Amino acid sequence: MPISTASSAPAGTDASQRRAAPALLALALLLLVTVLVAAGIGAYPMGPEDVALALFHRLSGAPNPQTIDTVLFQIRLPRVLAALLVGAALSAAGASYQSLFRNPLVSPDILGVSSGAGLGAVLGILLGLPVAAIQFLGFGAGLLTVILVAALARSLRAGGDVLVLVLAGIVLGALAGAGISLVKILADPYDQLPVITFWLLGSLAGVKPGDVLAVLPAIIVGLAPLYLLRWRIGVLGLGDDEAKALGVDVNRLRGIVIAAATLATASVVAISGVIGWVGLMVPHMARLLVGARFDRLLPASVLLGGAFMIAVDTLARAIAATEIPLGVLTAVIGGPAFVWLLARSRRTVAP
Amino acid sequence: MTALRAEGLAIGYGRATVAEGIDLALAAGTLTCLLGPNAVGKTTLFRTLLGLIPPLSGKIVLGEEDLGGMSRPAIARRIAFVPQAYRGESAHTVLDLVTMGRTAHLGLFGTPSRKDRALAAEALERLGIAGLASRALFEISEGQRQLALIARALAQQAPVVFMDEPTASLDLGNRILVLDRVRGLAETGLTVLLSTHDPEQALALADQVATLGADRSFAAGPAATTLTEERLSRLYGIPLAIERTTSGRQIVGRPAMPPPS
Repeated sequence: MPISTASSAPAGTDASQRRAAPALLALALLLLVTVLVAAGIGAYPMGPEDVALALFHRLSGAPNPQTIDTVLFQIRLPRVLAALLVGAALSAAGASYQSLFRNPLVSPDILGVSSGAGLGAVLGILLGLPVAAIQFLGFGAGLLTVILVAALARSLRAGGDVLVLVLAGIVLGALAGAGISLVKILADPYDQLPVITFWLLGSLAGVKPGDVLAVLPAIIVGLAPLYLLRWRIGVLGLGDDEAKALGVDVNRLRGIVIAAATLATASVVAISGVIGWVGLMVPHMARLLVGARFDRLLPASVLLGGAFMIAVDTLARAIAATEIPLGVLTAVIGGPAFVWLLARSRRTVAP
Repeated sequence: MTALRAEGLAIGYGRATVAEGIDLALAAGTLTCLLGPNAVGKTTLFRTLLGLIPPLSGKIVLGEEDLGGMSRPAIARRIAFVPQAYRGESAHTVLDLVTMGRTAHLGLFGTPSRKDRALAAEALERLGIAGLASRALFEISEGQRQLALIARALAQQAPVVFMDEPTASLDLGNRILVLDRVRGLAETGLTVLLSTHDPEQALALADQVATLGADRSFAAGPAATTLTEERLSRLYGIPLAIERTTSGRQIVGRPAMPPPS
């Protein structure tokens, strides 16, 4: 079929293109509703409108009943906010990495940040350190692991080859995993091992308002460059040579994206523990809604990831008498959802 | 005026020299065809001229500037690159792909403005594929994808355009259409360097022909004097002859068998 005659197809057949802006608005609304509903669920139930009213009172300086103040502002909202940050950061990092590595099966821990953070945190637990120190060790070890991965890749291949980077990440991730296993054997089986196991599966049960405030700056510092550079990160998805020929300074951009995504991921892992699937799956769902363009995919992933994580965390604390680890729930939900995504379309999952 | 000049260029990776002694000047508004058998380094030459890999020796001058000292966006504003058409896996729309051509004109944190989108749409118009703007890349044919990639180079507004075998995977009809459009672009003042496996294309289209041989040799000049039967035979390693048809078209193939006596 000659080219010119085929170009008579009607414009606007790609629906995702035209529905991108409304989709982002809908996702923002979804996030807001999720926050209000989730904050009302628990042993002291409140309707979303009551939550909204209490929030309004708080912001306008009007007094709330003591119970509501305690339940909502000391316990539930910090946890909801933490879940929002965790989901948003992991999804943004996942979407960025999927574009950077041009692979739809990449998740934020491809370069070993989660395994490294896990090793740091379980070491802290083994040594009986206070919670804040455990969080800091997790954060620091996550960053350190990715720095080591980047240094190793650089020493092997000066140009910063993506494949070498991934292989270095796998190697150091495996080493950190071995370290975690060793710590588990050394840990006290009644006292420390349950804590370690729970941490490695992820949980927001112990989150305090101070934790959220402590990691918030690091998460913002991590996500801001990803958002500011969103157009270039999308161009990077075309491949190194092509992106360079289009005027992108690929090596520098790759360094910035890795640093930013690592900072955001290590920050949330420090307060939530290791939570899988979110960073892999949410970008795919967002892609279905807003299409492949990264400058839309990133905000969509942030909004959807936040809403998804709040929903999962609310399930984790509400469906059973004991808390269910988040990693278990995200795997139970994420696995089948991912299969459904793959079955639905082979093409829309490509970045 | 010379848009791009390479002087005494040796290309390759690390210690492995792929070709050397390359002297090439691309005059503004001309079309140069790059010929050579498989794996002699046509892509390596493109990558070197684009500044993606450093030359082993020699220098490349863009207009008046040395390529070695230029930033990525500065190079992209001067040279656009059209890769071979992708396999159809990308979910980007044609307009999105073409808009990416504007990247070198955006600030570091910039996203395309309405004007950038309009320039992209205009580039689609020029190549006659405006109707494909909102189609996803996996939905359209390979020839259409190739035209979209050329449109992206136009949106990039660089005076020099490199094309890596733009017709390699196209059927005959699309090949002729794409080449017609490429020839038209050179006539509007664009400087084009295009690699091809087809000497007949070069003979029909090119203002200048450059050849890269398996013996690392390089030659460049007008098609008529550069693409001799002798050089073609040496280039591809089999005896080749050029025949002229009654309409003036030149056909390259094995020498005709002597008539049976």
